Order: sequence, then C-alpha cells, then structure tokens
Amino acid sequence: MIDHALSVGKYAAFIWPAYGASAVGFAWMIVDTLARARRWRRKADSLEKHKES
Amino acid sequence: MFAALANPARFMAFSRWAAPILGVLGAGLVGYGLWLGLNAPPDYQQGETVKIMFIHVPAAWVSMMAYACLGGASFFSLVFRHALADAAARAVAPLGAIFTGIALVTGMLWGRPMWGAWWVWGDARLVSVLVLFLLFLGYMALRASIDDEAKGARAAEILALVGLINLPIIKYSVEWWNTLHQGESVMRAGGSALAPVYLTPLLLTGAGYSLAFGALWLARIRAEVWRRRATSLALRAALA
Repeated sequence: MIDHALSVGKYAAFIWPAYGASAVGFAWMIVDTLARARRWRRKADSLEKHKES
Repeated sequence: MFAALANPARFMAFSRWAAPILGVLGAGLVGYGLWLGLNAPPDYQQGETVKIMFIHVPAAWVSMMAYACLGGASFFSLVFRHALADAAARAVAPLGAIFTGIALVTGMLWGRPMWGAWWVWGDARLVSVLVLFLLFLGYMALRASIDDEAKGARAAEILALVGLINLPIIKYSVEWWNTLHQGESVMRAGGSALAPVYLTPLLLTGAGYSLAFGALWLARIRAEVWRRRATSLALRAALA
C-alpha cells in the first residue's frame, strides 16, 4: 500500500514539490500561530503580575 | 452563538478547547484523505498528477473561505465597532495569504505538466486568485503602514470589504470567460463530475483543511486578544 501510494511515476518532480510546498505552508502557520500565542500570553501574564504587585 | 462569542471572556473560554479539537480532527481528516488520494488510480487524462488535486483544490476553497471570513469580520468591526471582530479580521489575513499561496504554487506545479505552462496571464481564474493573494497582502500591508492602529484597521477593513467583489469573480470566472482552467466539477448543478474514488478523498481533505483553518484562526484570535491585553497593560504601566 505504501509503495503504491508513493509511486507517482514520471510526474514525481511536480507532485512531491506540490506536497512539500503545502507541508511548508502548514508548518509555518502552525509554528507561527503557536509561537505568537505563547509570546503574547506570557507577556500579558507577566504584565498582569507586575500590575498586581 | 455569535452574540455569545462576541464577549472576549466567553470567546477565550470556548476557543481554549475548540481550537485543539478542531486541529486534531482536521489533521485526522487530512491524513486519511491524503492516504486515500495517494492510493487512488491514475486519472485517464491527468495521470498521476491528479494527486495534486487533493491538496490544491482544498487550499483554493479555504483561501476563498478565509477571505469571506475577513470580509465578514471587517463588516462587523466597521459597523458595530466590535474589538473581537477586528481581532478576528487581523488574525485571518496571514492564514488566507498562506492558503492562497499554497493554491497558487500547487496549481502551477499541476499546470506545467498538464498545460505546458506554469502560468497563463490570460486565464481569469488564475489571475483572480492572484488578485485574492494580493488583497490579503494589501490588507496586512495597509494595517502595518499606519501608525495609529485604529485608523489602520479602518482603512484595511474598507479594503477588505471592497475586495469581497473578487469572490464571485473567482467562483464564476470559469463560466463567464473562456479559461484554460477547468470548469466547476464538484459543487455544480446536477452533482459532482468526479468519480467517487477521487471525490471521497477530495471531500475529506477539504473538510480537514477547513477544520485546520478554523483551529489556526481561533488560536490566532486568542494570540491577538493577549497582544491587545499586553499592549493595554504596558500602556497603563507607562502612564502610572
């Protein structure tokens, strides 16, 4: 099954870059979104603590 | 439901569990859809390049969905002056740009072996999707170029609303003009033109991309809410 799924014949030079570009796009969106959320949450929490103290 | 979620505290409580659930469901659907798609037989015309369809078409669908979300959020922000709607608009633009970029790149990689050309400037579908990509970039650039965040948001939201006209142009471009791009084959009157062996994985990846987009959008809105809270607290600390 895996061999069949991965064998794309003479069009491999177009098909795998297309899958690669999609994977890169998704990876960027996930990493950037999580990093952004983490950074701003930490900053907001630290300012909140600073305000309380 | 929208009225309830318009409250930032309720939105944060809802999105805290909704975003990971949507993300996991989306990843599962994309994985299963791609597995079925990669094991589908070669198309009689496209050969193995039909496998690009399972990542290209969902990216194109989601890029249009993202712009509709941008337009809707911009409308609510402009008309009702709702801060969460503005945060939603700001959060969706980069996602829309990436999904549109994926649709353009994968479309070019399909077009080269099938049409003999990476790009055709005379094709209305291709050019209207490129305009969509530029609208996302324009929205982000306009917001970033104006120092006053509120004024930048208003200007960008007007641009987003004007750009909504491009959505029906993209959708009907293959009917209104003679294009190299093939006509509607999934959501059309009389049913899909695709064989189930291609339609099933396409619908699965389409649903998976949509859920993944929803998860990422919710997570980015949460980040934007925290950014605004941090900015507001920093400003108060500076003035104190």
